[in-house]
Amino acid sequence: MADSVAVISGMIIEKLLANPKVPRDIDGNSKIVEDLAFDSLAVMNFVMEIEDELDVSVPLDKLADIRTINDLAACLHTLKVAHA
Amino acid sequence: MTDIFAKHAGLREAYSGLTAASPRNPFEVVIERPISASVGIIEGRETLLFGTNNYLGLSQSRKAIDAAVETAETMGVGTTGSRIANGTFGLHRKLEAQLADFFGRKHCMVFSTGYQANLGTISALVNKDDILLLDADSHASIYDGAKLSGAQVIRFRHNDPVDLEKRLARLKDHPGAKLIIAEGIYSMTGNVAPLDKFVDIKTRHGAYLMADEAHSFGVLGAHGRGVAEMQDCEDGIDFIVGTFSKSLGTVGGYCVTDHDGVDLMRLCSRPYMFTASLPPEIIAATMAALEDMQERPELRARLQENAARLHAGLQKVGLKTGEHVSPVVAVTLETVDQAVGFWNALLENGVYVNLSLPPATPDNRPLLRCSVMAAHSPEEIDRAVAVFGEVAKHFGL
Ligand SMILES: Cc1ncc(COP(=O)(O)O)c(C=O)c1O
Repeated sequence: MADSVAVISGMIIEKLLANPKVPRDIDGNSKIVEDLAFDSLAVMNFVMEIEDELDVSVPLDKLADIRTINDLAACLHTLKVAHA
Repeated sequence: MTDIFAKHAGLREAYSGLTAASPRNPFEVVIERPISASVGIIEGRETLLFGTNNYLGLSQSRKAIDAAVETAETMGVGTTGSRIANGTFGLHRKLEAQLADFFGRKHCMVFSTGYQANLGTISALVNKDDILLLDADSHASIYDGAKLSGAQVIRFRHNDPVDLEKRLARLKDHPGAKLIIAEGIYSMTGNVAPLDKFVDIKTRHGAYLMADEAHSFGVLGAHGRGVAEMQDCEDGIDFIVGTFSKSLGTVGGYCVTDHDGVDLMRLCSRPYMFTASLPPEIIAATMAALEDMQERPELRARLQENAARLHAGLQKVGLKTGEHVSPVVAVTLETVDQAVGFWNALLENGVYVNLSLPPATPDNRPLLRCSVMAAHSPEEIDRAVAVFGEVAKHFGL
């Protein structure tokens, strides 16, 4: 069964909070670049960690449209469903 | 009116912070002139050059200099045109034949830079229906080529065959062509790619494999054909891309392959077509440097000895280097301030290395990238290591 967007979003937040530099008050609507101060490389590297967890690969062009944690979760969910 | 430069605000802030903390601007070092391959004048002082890509010292090759001078005298200094119009001289064809022969391949295309060789090869080989699998630490020219191609880009973990295979397995039902790209030696860290393992994987998964041997051409392998030769897996590599701007000491790039399909690349590779071809004196110098490299295998042996000497020396003074012994030796530091201070002190004490800062470095830590040449004497290497040791002590490292 593919996880729902909310479940994936929760998983992303949990992983992000494992990094002490990430602000404590993030939620699904937090903007990855602006609120988390991630640069493009940091975003790509973080996505790699999530990819392993969900067993999907996110093509880089998909990342261009992602602003918030929920956007990322939705993207991962779509890929996961397509792959299942 | 929207400020067209507003988007650079973040960059400006980072840049101002950096240059404020540094007695000199690390991005504006001027080598007033080189005196030899290993020594240049910087800020009026003779400075040991440990931050070039002149691995064999051939930027100063007598043979290449003579060839360039003679060719400029007889043919002039430029072609003023594209390879597919008026920019192909007899010399361009000769160099392509010489390189194809050197690599034992059927075809060779020469580009105006190594950067364009990646752009031109990648963008002609794949399009939006295809998949590119790039090593995560790939050079900017590979990422830019990927963007220009429009293909879907998937990164795999640096030098990690297991991760690559996992990603290919996920793509097994994807109808597009799959092209894996890795480098030979990674320019920032000196890491060597497991190309032989990538060949096994690409064969199992029906993918193509391209290797960018920019830093390993002329440097590794019994004949200087790079990591693929060293790991005895050349047959499994579909496309080898590289540059003349490092071991051969000139400028320009190439792609060699046995696939006949590349004939048409000359008519669809935009970075090949829409730019002026290399000037004849550069082609002549490159051909002469390639001959020089082949006639003097001792340069490669010397380079390996020097690489081992620098690597061991830096470790001995307690600095953190990569594990691979290669002509690129990167010293990893923890903070940008530390790296900037260290780099300035090296330069003030007569040693030039490259300051590499995140995000251009793999794991967000700054690097002092050192590179050795065959032209360095053991004394020059020992001197550089001693300066590194003194500066490290000064900084309490
Ligand atoms: C891996 C790699 N590929 C390509 C290039 C581009 O080569 P060039 O500087 O000759 O354009 C470089 C160096 O800049 C490089 O390190």
